[in-house]
Amino acid sequence: MECQECHKNHAIVHFAQVINGDKTEIHVCQQCAKEKGYVSPDEDAYSLHHLLSGLFNPNSEAMQKLTEQEKEQQEIQCDKCGMTYQEFASIGKFGCASCYQTFSEHLNPLFRKVHSGNTIHEGKVPKRVGSDISQRKKVRELKVKLQQAIADEAFEDAAKIRDQIKGLEKNLNQHGGEGEV
Amino acid sequence: MSSEQFMNEAVSPWLKEDGPDSDIIMSSRIRLARNFEQSPFPLFAEEAILDSILYFMEKEYNHQSFLHYKELEFVRMSELKPMEKQVLVEKHLISPHLADKSNKGAALISKNEQVSIMVNEEDHIRTQLYFPGFQLDKALEEAFLLDDWLEEKIDYAFDETRGYLTSCPTNVGTGLRASVMMHLPALVITRKMNRMIPAINQLGLVVRGIYGEGSEALGNIFQISNQITLGRSEPDIIEDLKGVVEKLIEHERHARNLLMEQSGIELEDRVFRSYGLLKYSRIVESKETAKCLSDVRLGIDLGFIKDISKSILNELVVLTQPAFLQQYAKKMLTPNERDVFRASLIRERFTLEQREEF
Repeated sequence: MECQECHKNHAIVHFAQVINGDKTEIHVCQQCAKEKGYVSPDEDAYSLHHLLSGLFNPNSEAMQKLTEQEKEQQEIQCDKCGMTYQEFASIGKFGCASCYQTFSEHLNPLFRKVHSGNTIHEGKVPKRVGSDISQRKKVRELKVKLQQAIADEAFEDAAKIRDQIKGLEKNLNQHGGEGEV
Repeated sequence: MSSEQFMNEAVSPWLKEDGPDSDIIMSSRIRLARNFEQSPFPLFAEEAILDSILYFMEKEYNHQSFLHYKELEFVRMSELKPMEKQVLVEKHLISPHLADKSNKGAALISKNEQVSIMVNEEDHIRTQLYFPGFQLDKALEEAFLLDDWLEEKIDYAFDETRGYLTSCPTNVGTGLRASVMMHLPALVITRKMNRMIPAINQLGLVVRGIYGEGSEALGNIFQISNQITLGRSEPDIIEDLKGVVEKLIEHERHARNLLMEQSGIELEDRVFRSYGLLKYSRIVESKETAKCLSDVRLGIDLGFIKDISKSILNELVVLTQPAFLQQYAKKMLTPNERDVFRASLIRERFTLEQREEF
C-alpha cells in the first residue's frame, strides 16, 4: 500500500481516526507520519546544560531593578579570551581557565546551586603543577597535628612533626624562588 | 567479512568479559575532564589553537601504551565518515558532541577499547575508562594513573580553590563523572523504578537511559551517575554512588525473587515470547528489540534459558543500533530496511550461539 500523503513510499503506519463518530483510516509512511505529527518525533535531547543558563539569568523584572553598579558588574570581561560575564551567563560555559578568576566574585552562588552548596575543591591535585599546592595542604595538616601533639604533651612526636614541617616549608620556599625567576 | 567476524569486531573486547555483579551491572565508567592551562576551552578557541592541541596529542600519545592499555590510536574526527563516527558513539567510545560538533576533535582509543581519551570535546581532554561489571574503585584507581601519566606532559588548568577548571560549571572541581550501566528489568516490571528515580535524584545522582543525556531507558538499562563534582573528593563521590547502586542491586534481586515466587509462569512466558520474537521475526524495530533482549537476558539470569551466553544483551544492544546495522549492511538504510536488517542480524547472532554449543 502506498503512502496516502507523499504517494512515494510504502505506508507502514496504519491507524483509524475517529472524529465525532466519523472513522477515517490513515495509511502513511514513516517519514510522513513524523512530519504530520501522527507519531511523536524524538524529543529534543533534554540537557541539564540548557537549564543552566537559567540559573544565572535573573528574570526580566529583576533585571529592570538592577542598579548602575550591578550593571557594571555584568560587563566584566575576561582579559584572556574576551568573554563578558553577560555572555557567560547566557551561554553557561566558561571561555578559558582565566574566566574563573575574572568572574570569581559571582561564582559562589552558582556553584552552590549546582554542587549542593559546595564552592571549594576537595580531592585530586595534579602532581606536577600542583605539587606546591599539595605540599601546602600537607603543611596545614601537619600544623594541626603539631598543636594536638603539644596539647597531648607528646613532645617527641611534636619534634618529629616540627621537622617534617620545616622540611616541607624549605622545599616550598625554594620552589617559590625558582618560580618567580 | 562474515557476519561472525563482523560481530566479533563490532563488540568491544572488554564488554564480553564478566565482572562483579554482572547479572545486574553491565559496566562501570569513570570520566575525567581536563584542560590545558594556557588555551581557551574548545568551544571558544580559534581553530589554530585546537589544531596545535591535536598535533601535540598525536605526537605525544599516538601508538603509546600505558598499563595494559596497549596501542592508543589517535583518530581524527575530520578523517572519519559520519557513519564511522556514529559507530564510535554507539560503542560509547566518543560522545555525540565530539562526533557532530567538533570538527577539530579526536580520540585516543586503546586497542581493547577500554580507554578513550577525547580531545577537543567540550573540554580539551576527557579521559574515559570502562570496566565490565561493578568495578568503580578499580576504574578510578586506573583513571588516576592515566591522568598522572597524561599530566607528565600537560600543564592542566587547575586552581587551588576551584580544582580542575572545566568549560561547564557542572564539571568543575574533580571533573569526575562516575557512572554504572544497570539492567533493572524486575524493578521496571514491578513499577518500582519510576518511584525510585526521584529519590535517587535527591541524593545528588542522575538517572539516564543507555545513550546518556536525554535518552530513554531502552531495554530497562539505566545509567546512574554523580551530579556533584565540586567539594567532594573522588573517593567520596564514588562511595556515594556505590552506596546507592548497591541498594538498587539489592532491590532488583529482591524484585526478581518476588516475581519468580508470585508469577513464575507469567514471567517464564514473557521471557520465551521475547526469545521467540527475536529468534523468528523478520522485521523488528529498535524499541521492541531492546525490550525483548532485556526479557531474554532476565531469562538467562533466572535460569529459564540455558543455552545462550550472558553477554548477548550487552552485545546486541550495541549491534542493533542504526549505524552498526548500516555498517553491517554496508550501505545506508531507510528505517524500514533497518528493521529488516536488525531482525536478520539478531537471528544470525542466535544461530552462532547454537553452533558454539556443539
